[in-house]
Amino acid sequence: MAISPVSISNPTTGGGSILERRRWRFQMAWYFLVPALIVVCGVLVPLAYLFVRAFEADLDQLNTLVFRARNLRLLGNTLLLAGGVLVVGSLVAFPLAWLTTRSDIAGKRLLTLVGVLPLAVPGYVMAYVLLATTGLRGTLALLFDLNLPRLSGFTGALAAMSLTTYPYLFLNLRAALLGLDPSLEESARSLGCTEGQVFRRVVLPQLRPAFLSGALLVGLHVLGDFGVVSLMRFETFSYALYLQYTAAYDRIYAAWLALMLIGVTLCLLVAEARLLRGRLYHRAGTGMRRRARPTHLGRWRFPAYAFAAAIGVVSLIMPLLTLAHWMTRRNINEGWSDLGAALWSSFSASAPAALLAATLALPLAYLGVRKPSPIARGLERISYLGYATPPLAFALALIFFTLKAIPALYQTLLLLITAYTLHYLAEAIGPVRSALYQTSPRLQEAARSLGWTPLRAFFKATFPLLRRGLVVSMAFVFLSAMKELPLTFLLSPIGFETLAMGTWGFANEGLFGAAAPYALLTMLFSGAFTALLLVNERHTGA
Amino acid sequence: MSNILSIQGLTKRFVAGAPPVVDEVSFTVGNGEIVALLGPSGCGKTTTLRLIAGFEHADAGTVTVGGRLLTGPSIHVPPEARGVGVVFQDYALFPHLSVLENVLFGLQRLPRSQRVARAREALKLVGLSGYENRKPHELSGGQQQRVAIARTLAPMPQLVLLDEPFSNLDALLRQATRQEIRTVLKEAGLSALLVTHDQEEALSFADRVGVMRAGRIEQVGTSEEVYYQPRTLFVAQFLGRTNLILSRAAGDTAETPLGRIGLNRPAAGDVLLALRPEHLTLEAPDSASGCRGRVVGREFKGHDITFRVELNGAEYLVHTDNLVPYQPGDLVSVRPLAPAVVLENRTGEGVTASGAAPQLTVPVAEQ
Repeated sequence: MAISPVSISNPTTGGGSILERRRWRFQMAWYFLVPALIVVCGVLVPLAYLFVRAFEADLDQLNTLVFRARNLRLLGNTLLLAGGVLVVGSLVAFPLAWLTTRSDIAGKRLLTLVGVLPLAVPGYVMAYVLLATTGLRGTLALLFDLNLPRLSGFTGALAAMSLTTYPYLFLNLRAALLGLDPSLEESARSLGCTEGQVFRRVVLPQLRPAFLSGALLVGLHVLGDFGVVSLMRFETFSYALYLQYTAAYDRIYAAWLALMLIGVTLCLLVAEARLLRGRLYHRAGTGMRRRARPTHLGRWRFPAYAFAAAIGVVSLIMPLLTLAHWMTRRNINEGWSDLGAALWSSFSASAPAALLAATLALPLAYLGVRKPSPIARGLERISYLGYATPPLAFALALIFFTLKAIPALYQTLLLLITAYTLHYLAEAIGPVRSALYQTSPRLQEAARSLGWTPLRAFFKATFPLLRRGLVVSMAFVFLSAMKELPLTFLLSPIGFETLAMGTWGFANEGLFGAAAPYALLTMLFSGAFTALLLVNERHTGA
Repeated sequence: MSNILSIQGLTKRFVAGAPPVVDEVSFTVGNGEIVALLGPSGCGKTTTLRLIAGFEHADAGTVTVGGRLLTGPSIHVPPEARGVGVVFQDYALFPHLSVLENVLFGLQRLPRSQRVARAREALKLVGLSGYENRKPHELSGGQQQRVAIARTLAPMPQLVLLDEPFSNLDALLRQATRQEIRTVLKEAGLSALLVTHDQEEALSFADRVGVMRAGRIEQVGTSEEVYYQPRTLFVAQFLGRTNLILSRAAGDTAETPLGRIGLNRPAAGDVLLALRPEHLTLEAPDSASGCRGRVVGREFKGHDITFRVELNGAEYLVHTDNLVPYQPGDLVSVRPLAPAVVLENRTGEGVTASGAAPQLTVPVAEQ
C-alpha cells in the first residue's frame, strides 16, 4: 500500500524461507519479554478497565445509558460524517490522482503537491482556519467584503475533515494508478471494450484495494478526531465524550460512549479486512512495464485546471493567507512567553515519547521479522490496536486505569508520555521493520559463529545497520506527538499547555489572533512530518 | 586418522508431523579432511550444516566436534561457544566495518596485542594484504569471498563449514577460487565440511563426498567411489550421465543386451546395472555375442566423441576418444571397459527400460 507511516491492513510479510517456518520455542529473553509486557499491559489492561467501569452500572442504569435515543443520534452523526468525508475526499482525490497519472495536463508535479501537502495541516488547524475565514468576522468578510455564513456543525466538520484527509486517498490511488499494467487495458480494448467500459471493468476494480486502504485511514481519522468536531460543535461520539468528561462528569456514561466509539472502529477494521480479502491483485506476467499512454485532455484541460486550482486555493492558500492575516492583527508584543512555554511543553512530552517508542519498537520489530510466531504477530496486532483506538477513548481508558491502579500517575507528565508512546508505537515499528528486512540474518549468525553472544552479536552486527530506521521511527513519533490534541487534552498535568492545546483553546474561544502563532508552529512540525513521510516512502520504495 | 566431526542420527523437523528435513544423518569428518555434502536443493544439506553450526536445534541425534559433545539429548551448545567457523553463501560481511575490522571481529578472545597481527596474517593467507582499509562493497565478489574465508580462519576454528561458498561467483572465477581455497585449507591443516549442489565442485574440492537426498545420506565415499561405484540409482544419476541396464545376474557376471558382462560385486536375480558412458567403447559388430547395435547419433567435441547407439530398442550413450571411426548408420557392438555397477534395489524408483539416463537436472541456484 502506498502512504501512511503505519500499514494497518497488511503488515509486511517476509519471503517464505525455511527459517521463518521454524517451530517457535517458548524461550523469551528479558529484552523481548519486558517490551512485550509493557505493550500488552499498556494497551490491553486500560481497555479492559473501560469495560469494568462501563459495567459498574446496574441494569436500570444500563438501560437508560445504552438505549437512549441520543446514542442513536451520535452514531448517525458519526457515520454521516465518516461517509461524507469519504465521498467528498473521493470526489477530490480521484480526479486529482487521474489527472496527475493518466492525463497530458501540464504541471503534474505542482498538482501532486496539491494532492499531498494538506497532510501538513492538522484537522483542528483547518477547522480554526475555516472558522476564522468565514462569517461576519472572518478573513473573507474583512479583506474581500465576502459575507459567507460562518461554517459550523456538519458542513464545517465535513469541510475541515475532507480538506485534511483527502491526501490519504490521493496517495493510495495515485500509487495504484501508476502501478497498473497498461497491457491489461490494451487487451480489454482488443477484446472489444470501449474506453469507458475498460475504465469500469478493468481499471476501477484494480484500484479497489488502494481505495480501501486509503478509506480505512480516512475513517480512522474521522472516528479518532476530536479537534474538528469540538470546534465545529458537531455532536459525534468524540464530541459527546468530551462534553461528558469535562462538563457532566458522568464517568459510566463516558465509558459507554468510549466503548461505542471503539465498537464502530472495530467494525471499520473488520469491514476493511473483509472487503480486501482475496483482492490484493498482483501482476501475473513478466516483461517490461510500460507507462500508459496519457489521455489527451483537449478542451477539457480548462475545467481540469480550474478544479485543481480551486482545491489548491481552499486547502493550502486559504489557510496560509488566513494565518498570515491573523498574525498581523494580533498585538505583536503579547503572548510570546506563553508560546515559548507551550513549545517547551510539547517538546518535553514528545521527545521522551519518541525515544521510548523507538526503544520498544526495536525488540518488537525484531521478534516479528526474525522470530515470527503467533505471539510476535499478536504483539504487532496489539500495537496496531493502540494506534487505531480513538485517542479520546484510549485516554479515558488510561485515566480509569491509573485512578484505580496507580493513582500517583494520574495527571503526570509520565502518563502523557506513556500514552503518546503506546498510541504511536505502530508508527515507530514500521521503519525499524523495513530496516531489519534489508539486513541479512546471516550477519548475526556470522557474529555468533565468531564467538559473540546473541545480544552482543545483535549490537555489533545488526544494530549499526538499523540506525537510519531508528532515527526515522523517532522522528515519526516525535512529530506526531508534537501536533497531538485529544490525548494531551485529557491526560496532561494541570497547567500544562502544548502548541496543539493553545491552537484549539484560543480558536474555541474565537480568539483567532491569539491562536495564529500556535497554529503556524504546529503546521511547521506537521509539515516536517509530511516531508519525512514522503522522503522515507521514496527511500524504502514501499 | 581421528575424527574432528562426528554426527550420529541427526534429525530435524520444521513442522511437527511432516517428514523430517534431516533424517537420521550420520557421518564423520577426519582430521585435516575436506568432506562435501552434495544434493539437490531442498535435500536438507544446508539444514545439516546449520545444525552443526548450532543455528538450529536438533530434534534427535548428536554432534561431536573434537571429542566435545555439542548437540545431544538436552544439550545445545550455542554457536558462539562451538569453535566452528562458518562461511556463508552470501559471505555475510559486515557492511559497516572495514576488511580488517571484519577479520578482527572473531578475535576478541585473543590478547589485544596479537589481534591485528593475526588478522593481517589471515588476510595474507588469502592474498588480500593491502586491502585492510577497504569496505566490503569496494571489493569484487571473489575478494569478498576471500575476506569471508580469512574472517572464518583467523580465530583458528577446529572445523570450517562452507555453505555453497562459490555459487555467487561467475563460472571462470569459481574454478580458480575453488583451487585457491582448497590449497589454503590444506596448508592450514584445517578440516572442512562443504555443502553444494554442484557435483563437479563436490568431486574436485572434497576428499570425500556424501550424497544427500530427501534428508538422508545415500552414500559417503571418496570422489572416485561415489562416481564410479554409485550405490543407488539416485547417486548414479546425480553425479553424471549414465547408462542403465536391466539384467539378470548370476555371481560375478550378468546377461545383458550388451552380452555377458562383469559386475563390480556378486549379485543374483533381476538387478539394475549402471555403466558410465566413458566406460563403454565401440567395436566392429560381434556376431558371437549377438550384441549388434546401430550408431544413431555422433557428437564430435574435439577431444572426444559421444555416440548414441541403438541396441535392442534402447539407446545407449558411449563416450570415446576421438580416434573411434564410426559414423551414424554403422553397425557396431558395444563393449564395456569396466565392470558394471550393481545398484541397490530401492522401491519407488521404477526403472522399466534399459538405456541412457539423463543426469538429474541441477537447479541453477540453491534456496
